[in-house]
Amino acid sequence: MDTATKDRTAQLPQVTDPRNAGIELDLAWVRAAQANTSAIERRAATLPARRSVKKDHQAAWLLKAITCIDLTTLAGDDTPGRVHRLCAKARQPVRRDILEALGMGPITVGAVCVYHEMIAPAVEALRGSGIPVAAVSTGFPAGLSPFHLRVEEIRESVKAGAREIDIVISRRHVLTGNWQALYDELRIFREACGEAHMKAILATGELGTLRNVARASLVAMMAGSDFIKTSTGKESVNATLPVSLVMIRAIREFHERTGHRVGYKPAGGISRAKDALNYLALIKEELGNRWLQPDLFRFGASSLLGDIERQLEHHVTGAYSAGWRHPMG
Amino acid sequence: MGVKEIFETMDYGPAPESAAEALAWLVDQGDRFGHFIEGGFTATGEGFESRNPATGEVLALLSQATQADVDAAVQAARRAQPKWERLGGPGRARYLYALARLMQKHARLFAVLETLDNGKPIRESRDIDVPLSIRHFYYHAGMAQLMEAELPDRAPIGVCGQIIPWNFPLLMLAWKVAPALAMGNTVVLKPAEYTSLTALLFADICRQAGLPKGVVNIVTGDGAVGEMIVAHPGIDKIAFTGSTEVGRKIRAATAGSGKALTLELGGKSPYIVFDDADLDSAVEGLVDAIWFNQGQVCCAGSRLIVQEGIAETFLTRLKARMDRLRVGDPLDKSIDVGAVVDPVQLATITRMVEANSSGEVHHAAVEMPKAGCFYPPTLITGLEPSDPLMQEEIFGPVLVSTTFRTPAEAVQLANNTRYGLAATVWTENVNLALDIAPKLVAGVVWVNATNLFDAAAGFGGVRESGFGREGGWEGLSAYTRPRGRTRPLHKVEPFTGNGGAPVDPIDRTAKMYVGGKQVRPDGGYSRPVWSKSGALLGHVGLANRKDVRNAVEAAAGASGWAKTTGHLRAQILYYIGENLSARADEFARRIDAMTGRQRGAKEVEAAIQRMFTAAAWADKYDGQVHGVPIRGVAIAMKEPVGIIGALCADEAPLLGLVSVMAPAIAMGNRVVLAASEPFPLAATDFYQVLETSDVPAGVVNILTGCHADIAGPLAAHMGVDAVWSFSSSDLSAEIERASAGNLKRSWVNNGKSFDWDKDHTGRFLEASVEIKNIWVPYGE
Repeated sequence: MDTATKDRTAQLPQVTDPRNAGIELDLAWVRAAQANTSAIERRAATLPARRSVKKDHQAAWLLKAITCIDLTTLAGDDTPGRVHRLCAKARQPVRRDILEALGMGPITVGAVCVYHEMIAPAVEALRGSGIPVAAVSTGFPAGLSPFHLRVEEIRESVKAGAREIDIVISRRHVLTGNWQALYDELRIFREACGEAHMKAILATGELGTLRNVARASLVAMMAGSDFIKTSTGKESVNATLPVSLVMIRAIREFHERTGHRVGYKPAGGISRAKDALNYLALIKEELGNRWLQPDLFRFGASSLLGDIERQLEHHVTGAYSAGWRHPMG
Repeated sequence: MGVKEIFETMDYGPAPESAAEALAWLVDQGDRFGHFIEGGFTATGEGFESRNPATGEVLALLSQATQADVDAAVQAARRAQPKWERLGGPGRARYLYALARLMQKHARLFAVLETLDNGKPIRESRDIDVPLSIRHFYYHAGMAQLMEAELPDRAPIGVCGQIIPWNFPLLMLAWKVAPALAMGNTVVLKPAEYTSLTALLFADICRQAGLPKGVVNIVTGDGAVGEMIVAHPGIDKIAFTGSTEVGRKIRAATAGSGKALTLELGGKSPYIVFDDADLDSAVEGLVDAIWFNQGQVCCAGSRLIVQEGIAETFLTRLKARMDRLRVGDPLDKSIDVGAVVDPVQLATITRMVEANSSGEVHHAAVEMPKAGCFYPPTLITGLEPSDPLMQEEIFGPVLVSTTFRTPAEAVQLANNTRYGLAATVWTENVNLALDIAPKLVAGVVWVNATNLFDAAAGFGGVRESGFGREGGWEGLSAYTRPRGRTRPLHKVEPFTGNGGAPVDPIDRTAKMYVGGKQVRPDGGYSRPVWSKSGALLGHVGLANRKDVRNAVEAAAGASGWAKTTGHLRAQILYYIGENLSARADEFARRIDAMTGRQRGAKEVEAAIQRMFTAAAWADKYDGQVHGVPIRGVAIAMKEPVGIIGALCADEAPLLGLVSVMAPAIAMGNRVVLAASEPFPLAATDFYQVLETSDVPAGVVNILTGCHADIAGPLAAHMGVDAVWSFSSSDLSAEIERASAGNLKRSWVNNGKSFDWDKDHTGRFLEASVEIKNIWVPYGE
């Protein structure tokens, strides 16, 4: 069985769990999955009111959130210089004086997430930090390029040094209920990933129903995904609490039935510190503390870090902060 | 613990809501309270301490109302009522709006005070109790505005005595006070002695709103004060929410007093999970069902009925979920389960669970507070209906469970209870959900959700969960009465005979009509019926308690009638009318011969009209879809009450019987009718009409004899759902007292006459149905 890589920086947990090798496609299980939208929305709506994290606890939770961020740039105008700046921020996401005031040692974000062409500069910039580079792949974001090229894209990215590959699924397989095709596609992607971890982007905003999200989540895990991820950030609806609830309940059930822990990554639209706290509480409630570590939980976000930095400075000084006081990434 | 450690443990930490403002308010009031009477607080009297159940701390000293206090409150309400009524709906609406606005302005104060006093989590008081209370006042401000236009035939009842429980102190106040005030009543309200503080804050709000003095009066104290209110002759209506045991006593105590009564009592509500349900959501639903307000909820989904094939999976997930609940300081914003209201209640819960020796008990593996009134969330699996905890209301955070095989068995298990307040159904199959919901004996059914409440949807029970609805249009009849005056009804005596020969030498024996058959009286006794001039018109049987039993049994056997279509029932009612019409002259002569008057023809014609009117309504007395604030519908379905026993009017031998029977059976009820006691032969002739009109056996059963003999067994019969009396015998008190046994709905004349020439079909239709609200949230 594969084991996860262990060369992380000190604050990242030493991962000992075996990777999810996947299982045979279990269509009976997939088709039995249910998701009652109203009930799920009710749970998602009341959760933030049921859990409140204050003062030192809030600061600690926000620091935890930072360590779970996949600091991301996925823009057409990305350059090595831009990526270099982002990676510098990934190494030092919070001003040192703030960390010291909080009694914390150095922390880093969970990973840096870029397009294929930016892998090399990112790997270079992050050398020695232990921060992995994640690459979006397989014809991201639509995933409609020739299949063999999508598979090849994964191989190229792995070769270029990406340790995590964020692949996109073919939404049409979900929308037509062709679970076998989805499973087969993901199996091949997983194989192409090799030692790199596969994060399967479901593009939940394009799957139509929560029931489809639940079923696609199960198929993605059966096919051996290390993470399941909501969105590319390019759909009109990205990560939401109801969608997250459906996906993490699928993760929980998969763990109950197979023993494999699969990670979760909400992406897109999470930009406020308060949102991050709600997500962490949701994970803690539904999956437990084990999932509150960067090997099993990531935020796909670009502007979230800035808001968290301001909140942390407020916690330290008691005065509301301003964006320009924090180094840009 | 520093940030660095918390970063590792990822604990929640404390998130306390400040109690400072609420405690300051108590200090401002002197930490002691009198009663709120005639617009002001009385001096503090002898009383008792109100404690915070989470800490045991004394919050305030409250006064125990004396008889003089209650008298003063009732007098104040009495004096204020006519002017409040004359103010008119729009005038009252302004005050109700003002109350809603003021409550909104002080929402957090209400929430914190409620949590301090009751022990419920601040999340619940803040997000549920207080917003729903405010909503109730807004909604009923609207009802006041609309009353004259929409309810032109209804008048306020007068002074309402309202006794509310400790589980939702402010919300229950709102449910009681808002509709009462909207409809032009004034109130004397008694909060529960454990939890009076938000009611007293509400009194303060009434003052701030400039509510006319005496419209709202609040007296505090224990059950003794409740008894004074119940027994007070100056009160026209009692509304009670609380235990079935006390509700029964109130029914007995108010029997025959003429006081209107609504009761919202206990429950053991089923929570049914089918194998195609979204199981995680159904598990989460249970958190809202039984661990909401520490399970101290009358409609708590406390009886889990789960399909056998998924039971193991479901219970495993449920236990895991339970273990994540957070029990503790109710003022902490991250607490799911707070304190039980009082040490007495905690002891009751503990005792009931300890007395159980069946099944397996799982206490949630949660960290429990060291002190205070706390009970861990508990699940008892593997119970059967014969286990006491499957039948008895625990009123604590204790869920019991059993399994079923088929939908039909789920319904059987769900309905195997004396209660009928609420029910929950989880399935992704719309056919199944909409098939099961109407079959559940309950006033409220939630599909794929639980404990949803709103002012626009009526709430209330059937069976021993009480009667009357709170909320919605259906809730207004609890606070209004038909306009018009009533006159006393005098006993109608039969004529006595001269021992002469029969009018007709051929003996035609009038029998009783039970289960579609003509039957002789069980006791074998008959009595003669004489004309005014003393001629023998015939004999009728004297029904005894066994005849009542047989008639009810026959009615119970005709349960299929409730499931027939309105169209079919209409056809049968028209047919009865048609056949009656064919024999109109004969019936008219019979009535004239018995009563010695010449009104028979008119009475028969009116009876035919009643049949036709009821037939017309049979397929038109529609339910409603309430506009509740969710993405979904709350369907207010009108369902037949069940088996209605009625003592028919003595003075109108045919019309009295038909006026009762036609609307009742039009709505799908089965009836057991006691014919006019002095003039029974029109009723016994009438069964021949029924026999020729395709009325299924058992739907209509007719007894003859002495009303006093029939009333007791009928009113006490546990299988009868409602009992009505229009008899001229003075039986109202006895009937209402006996009806307390199974808390059947009662409608008695209290010795007042009824104008049978007038068409009261609307009132009979209303009494012939129960409104069931079925909540169906939707969305994919």
